[in-house]
Amino acid sequence: MSYDNLRHFADSWGLLAMTLLFLTLIAWPFRPSARARNEEAASMIFKDDEHG
Amino acid sequence: MATKPAKKGFSHKKIERNVTLLGALALLTVTIGGIVEIAPLFWIDNTIEKVEGMRPYTPLELAGRNIYMREGCYTCHSQMIRPFRDEVERYGHYSLAAESMYDHPFQWGSKRTGPDLARVGGRYSDEWHKAHLIDPRSVVPESIMPPYAFLAERELKTGDMANDLTALYRVGVPYTKADIEKANEDIKAQADPDAGAGDLQKRYPKAQVRDFDGDPARVTEMDALIAYLQMLGTLVDVDKAAPQERPGETEAAR
Amino acid sequence: MDSLLAKAGGWFALALLALVMAALAVDAPFAVHMVIIALASLIALWATLMRADYQRIARGLLKMPGNEGVYDDDPIRWGVIATLFWGVAGMAAGLYIALQLAFPALNLNLEYTTFGRLRPLHTSAVIFAFGGNALIATSFYVVQRTCRARLAFPTLARFVFWGYQLFIVLAATGYLMGVTAAKEYAEPEWYVDLWLTIVWVAYLVVFVGTIVKRREPHIYVANWFYLSFIVTIAMLHIVNNLSMPASLLGSKSYAAFAGVQDALTQWWYGHNAVGFFLTAGFLAMMYYFVPKQAERPVYSYRLSIIHFWSLIFLYIWAGPHHLHYTALPDWAQTLGMVFSVILWMPSWGGMINGLMTLNGAWDKIRTDPIIRMMVMALAFYGMSTFEGPMMSIKWVNSMSHYTDWTIGHVHSGALGWNGMITFACVYYLVPRLWGRPRLYSLRMVNWHFWLATVGIVFYAASMWVAGIMQGLMWREYGADGYLVYSFAESVAAMHPMYLIRAAGGAMYLAGFLIMIVNVWATLAGKVRAERPMTETPYNAVADRPLTPVPAE
Repeated sequence: MSYDNLRHFADSWGLLAMTLLFLTLIAWPFRPSARARNEEAASMIFKDDEHG
Repeated sequence: MATKPAKKGFSHKKIERNVTLLGALALLTVTIGGIVEIAPLFWIDNTIEKVEGMRPYTPLELAGRNIYMREGCYTCHSQMIRPFRDEVERYGHYSLAAESMYDHPFQWGSKRTGPDLARVGGRYSDEWHKAHLIDPRSVVPESIMPPYAFLAERELKTGDMANDLTALYRVGVPYTKADIEKANEDIKAQADPDAGAGDLQKRYPKAQVRDFDGDPARVTEMDALIAYLQMLGTLVDVDKAAPQERPGETEAAR
Repeated sequence: MDSLLAKAGGWFALALLALVMAALAVDAPFAVHMVIIALASLIALWATLMRADYQRIARGLLKMPGNEGVYDDDPIRWGVIATLFWGVAGMAAGLYIALQLAFPALNLNLEYTTFGRLRPLHTSAVIFAFGGNALIATSFYVVQRTCRARLAFPTLARFVFWGYQLFIVLAATGYLMGVTAAKEYAEPEWYVDLWLTIVWVAYLVVFVGTIVKRREPHIYVANWFYLSFIVTIAMLHIVNNLSMPASLLGSKSYAAFAGVQDALTQWWYGHNAVGFFLTAGFLAMMYYFVPKQAERPVYSYRLSIIHFWSLIFLYIWAGPHHLHYTALPDWAQTLGMVFSVILWMPSWGGMINGLMTLNGAWDKIRTDPIIRMMVMALAFYGMSTFEGPMMSIKWVNSMSHYTDWTIGHVHSGALGWNGMITFACVYYLVPRLWGRPRLYSLRMVNWHFWLATVGIVFYAASMWVAGIMQGLMWREYGADGYLVYSFAESVAAMHPMYLIRAAGGAMYLAGFLIMIVNVWATLAGKVRAERPMTETPYNAVADRPLTPVPAE
């Protein structure tokens, strides 16, 4: 495992794998089924609010 | 980001409801970058080029370096010359990784409120350094450096230098047994030419032996700091050093 | 009673041990530090023995509300006070050394007031003392509210607060005496580092313990950021500060790594002190306090999930951009540059998420000076997270590195983002923590806002010009093929810029002092009679339905 091999891998398959992973992970939280739960989570800080 | 298996049915909800899982995944996520970047520096062998002349600091130089650190000199002075035409012309040959291989910690710095000091050794006389440290504006009218007159008045008190050399030995600096045993004598030997240098220069090649602060009666902090400044960048014959990088790279950088 | 005796005995033994170590110390600063630790232990002993009494005195001193309330807010009140105290101290130190750069005579010929010793004092005071106390206080506040649970381990929480103050005192007095590890933002020496590690682990235990006992199934996004900040800082702190003491009875130690490895470890630490201490932790503040002050949920919770994972994953890689064109291997520099540029995306994603929370409530910027501060904080966050990636491009960095441009960049982030969001959160917290109807004066908040904003503009603009001037002067060649300027000439050219910078810093500090007065008056229970901030006129005559006109 020399520097050149590593560099070659990083510049080709490594880069491709990272890009695909990145796009999948970005898309994933935006599944329509997650919407309701996320909205509920965002509003939780306003429930039962008399203690600041 | 390697944290979310794409397995069907797995949901971020689980992470949002389990603090152990959340903490462990966050820790995993933040370790990746550091491991990929830092770990190879310890095993890729062309990280530090092979050069001749590098040696550990003499005890006096080390004491001077400790004063350099104590006074926070690194907050205004760098010790890292980049491979640009103007820097090489102003400060000397660009810095090699090998030149700081015994620096625990490194003192490359990040700001030049004052000039780079990586190769300041031998550029000015001891007298200049002393005058400059006592009152910077007496020799450089534009200077905004604070005065360090107290260094000349204060006797160098290092405690037992053998402790310091032993600590450095433990983190990988190749001090010999003789170096450690003679650590305290070596300070006197280097700063006081009348004391006789003994085998100091054999164990530490290119060590400069003289009274640095013009006060032969005693060894002051000024002695130590000037001894350190005067050796900076003088050990490696950079023109002979063969940096293992592709030719043309530094040309392009210029 | 037994446990009281055991506790008191423990503190007494610690005080004795510290005194013995002071007597045996090999250097004077170490002895001073051991005496400080002995004194701290004796104070803890006294507090243990006088428990009830101390609580009453503290309440009287800080005018705290009598009843404890449903949440454990005492350490938070202390934290707010400490944030303000250290903030003023750290910024005053910064202003003093800024003035020294313009007028070196202000050094007064003392070794304790040299730039080299005060600069770590300034950086540590504002980052770790001001920022750190704000983070600890707000995290304790937010974690209780979002988990609907009181703090786990209340005694440990108090230990975290007071232990952290002891860390600050040891670090600061050490810098003045020249005790330093000489690694930027990691200057405290080995024994102070060990102490901070203990305090930090206690902090993690209190924080996670509170989440574990929560009565809300979901862990709110602010807590993810706080958690990643606590965990990552622990990792960075331990690895970067690995060192070998010269003597167990002395302050001096030598770093475990050397040269190029030490350099990358340091900037892996240094950049992520920015990334996790000053970004992730403060983003946690944003994710709770901006929605609360705007009274609407965060713009997109899903965006916050992406924001969180991508930010913490990418930040760690960016360290090498501090070492462009140095002896660090080229591949590491390139990697650092690429990730720094990509980092621009999650940073702006987070900024947009914060700003868009105000969607539909933009009028609050006009009527609510606290919202205005939050928006300005996010704007500065956006600016400095754009400037940062730009400066990490090697070509730009070849000119900007080593110059005052870096100083300007850091301060637009620190004063603009960290400072402003902290002020806003403190303004939010003070009336709630002390049970006051509102702040003493909202108009003073407005004054603070403008002084701070104009101060930052002066600061950043002057340092930007100074940095570019330095970069260009250092590399300027004349027709004869020689360098045009000596280094000293570039120093002299900085004088006007340093004056403007100091003026900007003075304005920022002046705004802070107005805040102190405002908070102090609020604590005293005063409310200033003043015209409300909103100036929308109300016309009662026009406020009616149109009368139908009968047809001819």
